Amino acid sequence: MFDNLSEKLDKAFHVLKGHGQITEVNIAETLKEVRRALLDADVNFKTAKEFTNSVKSKALGQDVLTSLKPGQLMVKLVKDELTELMGGEAAGVDLSGNPSVILMAGLQGSGKTTFSGKLANFLKNKKTKNPLLVACDVYRPAAIDQLHVVGEQIGVSVYSDRENSDPVAIAKAGVDYAKANGHNVVIVDTAGRLAVDELMMKEISNIHNAINPNETLFVVDSMTGQDAVNTAKSFNDVLDFDGVILTKLDGDTRGGAALSIKSVVNKPIKFIGTGEKMDAVDVFYPSRMADRILGMGDVVSLVERA
Amino acid sequence: EKSKTSFFGKLSKAVAGKSKVDDEVLDDLEEVLVSSDVGVDTTLKIIERIEARVAKDKYLGTDELNGILREEIASLLSETNTGEQEDFMLPTDKKPYVLMVVGVNGVGKTTTIGKLAYQFKKQGKKVVLGAADTFRAAAIDQLQVWADRVDVPIVKQQMGSDPASVAFDTLKSAVNQDADVVIIDTAGRLHNKINLMNELTKVKRVMQKVVPDAPDEVLLVLDGSTGQNAFEQAKQFTKATEVSSLAVTKLDGTAKGGVVIGISDQFKIPVKYIGVGEAIEDLQVFNKYEFVDSFFK
Ligand SMILES: Nc1nc2c(ncn2[C@@H]2O[C@H](COP(=O)(O)OP(=O)(O)OP(=O)(O)O)[C@@H](O)[C@H]2O)c(=O)[nH]1
Ligand SMILES: Nc1nc2c(ncn2[C@@H]2O[C@H](COP(=O)(O)OP(=O)(O)OP(=O)(O)O)[C@@H](O)[C@H]2O)c(=O)[nH]1
Ligand SMILES: [Mg+2]
Ligand SMILES: [Mg+2]
Repeated sequence: MFDNLSEKLDKAFHVLKGHGQITEVNIAETLKEVRRALLDADVNFKTAKEFTNSVKSKALGQDVLTSLKPGQLMVKLVKDELTELMGGEAAGVDLSGNPSVILMAGLQGSGKTTFSGKLANFLKNKKTKNPLLVACDVYRPAAIDQLHVVGEQIGVSVYSDRENSDPVAIAKAGVDYAKANGHNVVIVDTAGRLAVDELMMKEISNIHNAINPNETLFVVDSMTGQDAVNTAKSFNDVLDFDGVILTKLDGDTRGGAALSIKSVVNKPIKFIGTGEKMDAVDVFYPSRMADRILGMGDVVSLVERA
Repeated sequence: EKSKTSFFGKLSKAVAGKSKVDDEVLDDLEEVLVSSDVGVDTTLKIIERIEARVAKDKYLGTDELNGILREEIASLLSETNTGEQEDFMLPTDKKPYVLMVVGVNGVGKTTTIGKLAYQFKKQGKKVVLGAADTFRAAAIDQLQVWADRVDVPIVKQQMGSDPASVAFDTLKSAVNQDADVVIIDTAGRLHNKINLMNELTKVKRVMQKVVPDAPDEVLLVLDGSTGQNAFEQAKQFTKATEVSSLAVTKLDGTAKGGVVIGISDQFKIPVKYIGVGEAIEDLQVFNKYEFVDSFFK
């Protein structure tokens, strides 16, 4: 299914075999293959360049000690570097507020409404919270209905106001409603927006200022290509968000956007979406994501063969 | 960013007085193309073509070079595009003309259907919409809002009903009303889900019970910000439904949608429409030169 990086690297490693030390010359082919794999996985052009440079500087001059052959050393270096870049401990969401307010933001169709439902469902079932969903998308046709259907599916209340066309006012009213009705988590769903849409970016900034969320989450489609960095950076400039949600990972995308986003905004990826159903959500594992981006189902076996 | 703002300018400077395009220029070109999601394979293909042209023609003036670059990239966009459709046209010999819209989740299928219905209606065509996304929360209500906006009839059933049965009803109703065009909305589905892909094949088959060679067109909608995965989408949807045209959405953002170049080249499927916003008029007929030029802006 994936382009087989393992095979290509194996070939490139061939050149390395027999050398006692990694040098500028014998590493070149390997790095080219790594860069190519990253680009094929939609890692941003500049991010890929920086990544291979950093792998190179770590590898150069390294003696191939103990039982590791140069090829093995390279696989390990690439994989470790990628895993590290992708972030350490899986970070949860801040639930310390009463209520804790969680704001969703992202491009059109990235999966905000669906993830709002999944998160509410997760907090209700796994953390015994009493969440409220707030419908602040006043633009997309039937967006409010969609959130109501989702709420019904998971048995979570939804606050909406069809008479009101001001998302800032709705968000505030939603938080007040939660306080008055004993909800200890408020999840605010917002309309999709482009980073270049100044009015809409101003709007989400106003919502953010009005409700001062404990947690602002940037929801991004894992199939996103090179543009992921621009979008993530723009949303982060405006919202200084706390974490990233990577959706639609049940597909076969390699998901290089994860690395690009991490490298430009350095915010943790908190959850991943793995389906359309309300329980299709998982915590994020950096190491698995590294394997996925490299297109290596099984890095261990590669190391053994190298 | 520097290379993006004035690539043609830079290109001109770099080749002025030179008989060949040097590596630095090609590196810049590579960056522009890869950063537009053109993908490594297609980018290399384009660079090879440019190199070959430069080698053959020896000296190239900078104007010529710009033109060649534009031509070479555009020529990878399916030959079927060369007709350069200028308007929202429908073949007049088919009635009803049946258009089925497919794609992965959230790319803009339903919105594109609303916009298309608006264009066809504007030309005086009688349009019927079919709400065959019976799965996603409020998908039917969403299409209903579009049907009301455009003021065209919609055929729908309950959420959770059989999509093929909705499509069947829609075609029946369209035939009875003597409609000119039918547009069937389908649920978003990831192309690696075999059951869901088979469901599409079934929808097609059931439609043929009403209109023997339906659908006349299968429009695959691709999100313009999607990267290389769009290839796999095109491949799998083509396998399941014989995709006959593409629409690329969300090009009003900063994403360039370059992945369709390779797709169009490899699968010979023409890009027909581009989505440039969420409003009813925000759909345009695809123009390959404008599209290519947008990479260098
Ligand atoms: N396969 C899959 N589909 C998903 C996932 N998350 C969301 N979706 C689907 O993606 C589509 C868009 O999801 P929404 O939740 O409506 O996205 P949104 O960001 O709220 O969209 P807008 O409000 O229009 O900006 C729907 O068809 C969802 O069912 C996921 O993890 N996997
Ligand atoms: N900026 C912009 N947004 C668009 C465009 N086309 C669609 N959208 C938005 O993208 C989101 C998803 O659009 P839909 O039409 O619901 O997508 P879909 O493919 O029908 O989604 P599912 O049925 O859930 O798979 C909505 O918020 C639309 O308003 C476009 O060309 N530009
Ligand atoms: Mg939404
Ligand atoms: Mg839809």
